[in-house]
Amino acid sequence: MRIHISPRDGVPIYLQIVQQVRRLVGSGELLPGDELPSIRSLADTLVVNPNTVAHAYRELESAGIVTTSRGLGTYVAEKDQATAHAERRAMLAERIDALVLESRQMRIPFAEVLELIREREAEFRTEKETKDESEVICG
Amino acid sequence: MAENIVEIRDLVRTYGRHRALNGVDLIVEKGTVLGLVGQNGAGKTTLIKHILGLLRAETGSVRVFGKDPVADPPGVLSRIGYLSEEGDLPLWMRVEELVRYSAAFYPGWDQKYADQLQREFALSSDSKLGSLSKGQRARAGLLVALAFKPDLLLLDEPSSGLDPVVRRDILGAIIRTIADEGRTVLFSSHLLAEVEQVSDRVVMLQDGRVVLDDNLAHIKLTHHRIDVVLKEARTDPPSIQGAFGWDGEGKSWSALWCGEPAALEAAVASIGGRVIGNEGVSLDDIFVAHVGGGRK
Repeated sequence: MRIHISPRDGVPIYLQIVQQVRRLVGSGELLPGDELPSIRSLADTLVVNPNTVAHAYRELESAGIVTTSRGLGTYVAEKDQATAHAERRAMLAERIDALVLESRQMRIPFAEVLELIREREAEFRTEKETKDESEVICG
Repeated sequence: MAENIVEIRDLVRTYGRHRALNGVDLIVEKGTVLGLVGQNGAGKTTLIKHILGLLRAETGSVRVFGKDPVADPPGVLSRIGYLSEEGDLPLWMRVEELVRYSAAFYPGWDQKYADQLQREFALSSDSKLGSLSKGQRARAGLLVALAFKPDLLLLDEPSSGLDPVVRRDILGAIIRTIADEGRTVLFSSHLLAEVEQVSDRVVMLQDGRVVLDDNLAHIKLTHHRIDVVLKEARTDPPSIQGAFGWDGEGKSWSALWCGEPAALEAAVASIGGRVIGNEGVSLDDIFVAHVGGGRK
């Protein structure tokens, strides 16, 4: 499990762990049923207080991301597709909130932001199409 | 509910006219890592000397494991693993002599653990302590402080002047100590990123007083860097209860907010402003805001 901690960051360390595990689960790098490292071994690897790791795991458990059974370890929770989808939406919503907030601070009207999102998305599509074409040509 | 390993009440210590400690209260609960921070001369080492029973309380009381460390040194010192910046090791001894000497001194000495640490730290038995590098000497001191599995590990500026690899060993030792149920760590440091990495609680001393004593997660929750835009431009910084270290000009100002996150919007609205930025801060920034004083 790849987790990086930055103690100088403003984000509390337990939250850095929570966010990174969420991301690993959201991106499919960690799959349902995968075992997370024990509190002690993750604390050792990251050189952080075991209580901090325990705090992160508790948060992840109450958010339904992992399940912990005493003595057996911590596993990525099994979930149906609807829940998994809802979770990915929730992660995306957090990013969108930041975008909405920032565009408000810059006083850019929301309609313009939407327009910009469409523009950027179109950009990705053209890139992808060009890439696909070149692949065809090469093939 | 938790047992108090250290319990200090209203401790005062004066050196001549100087009040090194001025009414300090400090509770260290069993099983926690407490980071003690403060500028040089803030009183950290003086406080630690009281815990070790090297200084007698002038006023107030000091209890360690429920005992008075001045009245009962064996009852207290035999349970404390101590490492200071200087190391205080007998430099004429070889590593193996230090290990034998310490093993005889501490009843709970765990020779298997001592051997393991000696291997991990790459300390050769016949090296003279006096000829070791500063880092290796710190590792030897750490070995002695850890190998009898003390109930309280007390580290006074342990990583001062050491390279990152040795500092990591020291932090690793703190982590391993606390990972064994029921053991407690108190360490002082001016390397706040390290304090942030391993502490449960942080106590900030300044001029012999405790200016902040809280659990680290709560400290991080209640301190934010805020950016504010005011309706009216002003030449002097605005004033809000709980905001320190204002910086800016005209309509845009920033400060460090210390308070419950929910109260922020209303506080800023009260001076005719709105919050346009709000982010978490490192312990370094929090420290400067509390003890800096210079920047207003």
